Amino acid sequence: MARISLDHIRHAYNAKAKAAGDYALKKVHYEWDDGGAYALLGPSGCGKTTLLNIISGLLHPSDGRILFDGKDVTTLSTEARNIAQVFQFPVVYDTMSVFDNLAFPLRNRQVPEAEVKKRVEHILEMTDLASMAGRRAQGLTADQKQKISLGRGLVRSDVNAILFDEPLTVIDPHMKWQLRSQLKRLHRSSRFTMVYVTHDQTEALTFADKVVVMHDGEIVQIGTPAELFERPSHTFVGYFIGSPGMNVMPVSVTGTTARIGDQTIALSGAPKLSSGAKVELGIRPEFVRLSREGMAIDIAKVEDIGRLKIVRARFCGQPLSIVLSEDDEIPADPRVTFDPGAIGIFADSWRVGMEG
Amino acid sequence: MLELRNVSKVVGRDYHIFPTTLALKRGTLNVLLGPTLSGKTSLMRLMAGLDRPTEGQLLFDGTDVTGMPVQKRNVAMVYQQFINYPALTVYENIASPMRIAGKDAATIDREVKKAADLLRLTPYLDRTPLNLSGGQQQRTALARAIVKNANLVLLDEPLANLDYKLREELREELPKIFAASGAIFVYATTEPSEALLLGGSTATLSEGRVTQFGDTIRVYREPSDLLTARTFADPPLNTINLVHEGGQFLHGGQPILPVPSHLAAIPSGPVTVAFQPHHLMLAPRPFSHPLATRTQVSEIAGSESFIHLDFAGEKWVMLTHGIHDIDPDQMIDVHLDTRHLMAFDPATGATLAAPHPTAA
Amino acid sequence: MNKTWNNKAWFMVLPVLVLVAFSAVIPLMTVVNYSVQDTFGNNQFFWAGTDWFVQMLSSDRFWNALARNLVFSGIILAIEVPLGIFIALNMPKTGPGVPVCLVLMALPLLIPWNVVGTIWQVFGRVDIGLLGYVLNSLGIDYNYTQDPVDAWATVIVMDVWHWTSLVVLLCYAGLVSIPDAYYQAAKIDGASRWSVFRYIQLPKMKRVLLIAVLLRFMDSFMIYTEPFVVTGGGPGNSTTFLSIDLVKMAVGQFDLGPAAAMSIIYFLIILLLSWVFYTVMTQSDAEEK
Repeated sequence: MARISLDHIRHAYNAKAKAAGDYALKKVHYEWDDGGAYALLGPSGCGKTTLLNIISGLLHPSDGRILFDGKDVTTLSTEARNIAQVFQFPVVYDTMSVFDNLAFPLRNRQVPEAEVKKRVEHILEMTDLASMAGRRAQGLTADQKQKISLGRGLVRSDVNAILFDEPLTVIDPHMKWQLRSQLKRLHRSSRFTMVYVTHDQTEALTFADKVVVMHDGEIVQIGTPAELFERPSHTFVGYFIGSPGMNVMPVSVTGTTARIGDQTIALSGAPKLSSGAKVELGIRPEFVRLSREGMAIDIAKVEDIGRLKIVRARFCGQPLSIVLSEDDEIPADPRVTFDPGAIGIFADSWRVGMEG
Repeated sequence: MLELRNVSKVVGRDYHIFPTTLALKRGTLNVLLGPTLSGKTSLMRLMAGLDRPTEGQLLFDGTDVTGMPVQKRNVAMVYQQFINYPALTVYENIASPMRIAGKDAATIDREVKKAADLLRLTPYLDRTPLNLSGGQQQRTALARAIVKNANLVLLDEPLANLDYKLREELREELPKIFAASGAIFVYATTEPSEALLLGGSTATLSEGRVTQFGDTIRVYREPSDLLTARTFADPPLNTINLVHEGGQFLHGGQPILPVPSHLAAIPSGPVTVAFQPHHLMLAPRPFSHPLATRTQVSEIAGSESFIHLDFAGEKWVMLTHGIHDIDPDQMIDVHLDTRHLMAFDPATGATLAAPHPTAA
Repeated sequence: MNKTWNNKAWFMVLPVLVLVAFSAVIPLMTVVNYSVQDTFGNNQFFWAGTDWFVQMLSSDRFWNALARNLVFSGIILAIEVPLGIFIALNMPKTGPGVPVCLVLMALPLLIPWNVVGTIWQVFGRVDIGLLGYVLNSLGIDYNYTQDPVDAWATVIVMDVWHWTSLVVLLCYAGLVSIPDAYYQAAKIDGASRWSVFRYIQLPKMKRVLLIAVLLRFMDSFMIYTEPFVVTGGGPGNSTTFLSIDLVKMAVGQFDLGPAAAMSIIYFLIILLLSWVFYTVMTQSDAEEK
């Protein structure tokens, strides 16, 4: 278990790219708490896997240092860093039994057999694998194999961190629910520092205490799931988290009101804007209220997706999504109001603060 | 129209597909929903003519095509893996089925441009697939399937290898594309939410059987049996075995829930009661009834929280609005919206009464 | 796996079926015919029943040749399989070295059997062969035409040189198909080099190894051309394998009956041993299911 410090890390995959300033990972400078559960969230090519590989030691950053509990590990190999990793596809030792798979990392480190037995049995219990301890790992289902991969990480009491690289990719939806909540329980009981890479917002938000949203080689926001949802600091976060994503529309702002078309929208304060910036208003589909009062919209389509309804509409020429719950009704002359507290104002894609 | 009449597939002694009867109309989107190995791909292979059914008949617009090999049928298929010709440009990739069909250059050019426009590939027509993102590669494969002007387009988890957000975008586009072409689309997925977003019709599959087929939202709301309800629930369906007696549901001899009006007619005796996770709530509402449960893990997903609960040994999930990080191992009262309860025969799994129709 | 059905496929393989019928089934039937009769070559046949089989199975000559074959195949497998795995493990997995290594490995396989034999026959000669000359000038008394041990060594080295590549290429194909995550996981688990081999590489190579062992066994058990060219079965009978003996008997002595019986016994032995290999090696696979 360790605190992970990322000290001014940058990475370019080759010298040419570095010279051109073409970094796959740009300026990462953060400290991650011991025992925390972090998720690296972003689309493919955003640099999340690069960052994970830098933490695991498969890659050495072009610039900067990485420290575990204050100790510089930048140049150490993966083995020497004492971390565990769960991969996208389950990695199990096919010819070994489930028990031996879990015992493998301990036996490699010459842990006395009595201790091995104790620890493995504990992990078998934790991961619900006790009933199949004697079975060969080959022929188990994907989720069982993935549990073994996870168990091999948990079995060592001395690991600095457990890294997850999109571990639920090959798992069926129903099993995902089970594995996810189990992972969460395991984190609570083991208190290992865990880093989880994914492109799936649900996985990231449900797993992590702090979600690191990455876009184009940069960290755009680190925050709790609630912060990311309620106060996205970048329009990308608004778009990427939540489905459908945040409604973003160009507006002009004067004082505490925003104008779009011939509509004026009240804000909770006066945004601190510098002149010349592209100003946008962002509001989540969940915070748009549909009723008989407010501003007029044209509804294009209503998607009934079971527990929710997604209303696709046009508002002053801009697309607007509204999320309603299953039992909500759509009025005959539909109008919308925006909750001022849920409105964000973005200048050149970044959220700006409000005065007053 | 594609009709399957008692089509089955037996390999060795195992039924990969139990006798199945389905009718898929032209210009419709049909989702095959089920977990891995439930028979989605096997069923698609039978429809395509890649496999010959062990028994039963396949009819296309009334003509028996049972023994006809895939080459002679007008079928297009898109797979989970992005399958394109790596050495050809996107343009040539899309044009390839028409070149094989021997279309003239003007037609090919027109059709390629139309498909590229529809799938937003126009800027990439000169590139080769390996220089494209995963989403663009899969769009190329989709474009190729569309220009083939096939009668039957089979899509086997086409979005599974794509990023979450890209999936969301393509999912929105696909129904429009489907609507524009007159073909029969069959779309396999493991994700209930994907089926709901796509709409159309859905056939739920479980262990080689089609458990129900119909309008997607109706199958979701009115499953004909417990297996269908389970297949179509994400988060997983909550269930509990109770006894129906004198207007109450009993658990261990004690009444725990009043029987809602839409279930009043079900016979007395044992019953499996099921409900969706979002019908459990933290605060009472009209038609809700409190139940004492023990909390397990809370998962927060932005605007919602998933709270895992234990009720007398049954594992439930509650999906609730807002952020609720409830400590594990607490006894809390949760409120069950009884209007949406479903009841199944514990022995057969068949629905005992149709659930309450929703307000909409 | 489901297979595509298509009746045309049968027509495509028909030429092969006809070819197999003419080249294998019909000759085999002829051999069976010869093995139960006696003939002096004038188209007169006498029923011999199982006489030839009894004669063969009770002759020392047969058993000695069979023993030589088994020992030879044993040695070949014991050298080529571990050596092949070892080379495959040490070949580069990426980079410009890959094609170079692959071509180098494939070279010996491209040379015809009799040419291989001739190369080594010359190479090992004491008077003009580089190997024979160097060995002798180093003070090693080497002469494959006179010393049975030298003859064996020559034939074995020749076979190893010729065929280890096959094992290497098969193993290499198995190795490169292992995803990188396995090696990373093993590193993280603190696995030793040996553990990586034992628990990752070997299990993943098992299928191709099975093929390699089967091929090398069948091939080495039927070895004919190379020892025939190099040693002609000598010195004495020391490198007279079943195949060579068979030809001596049939062509040299024109004992068609006993030769036919021997062929059939030979054929059955190969069939039996291959089946045993296959079953033993797939057995462990089945247990895991």
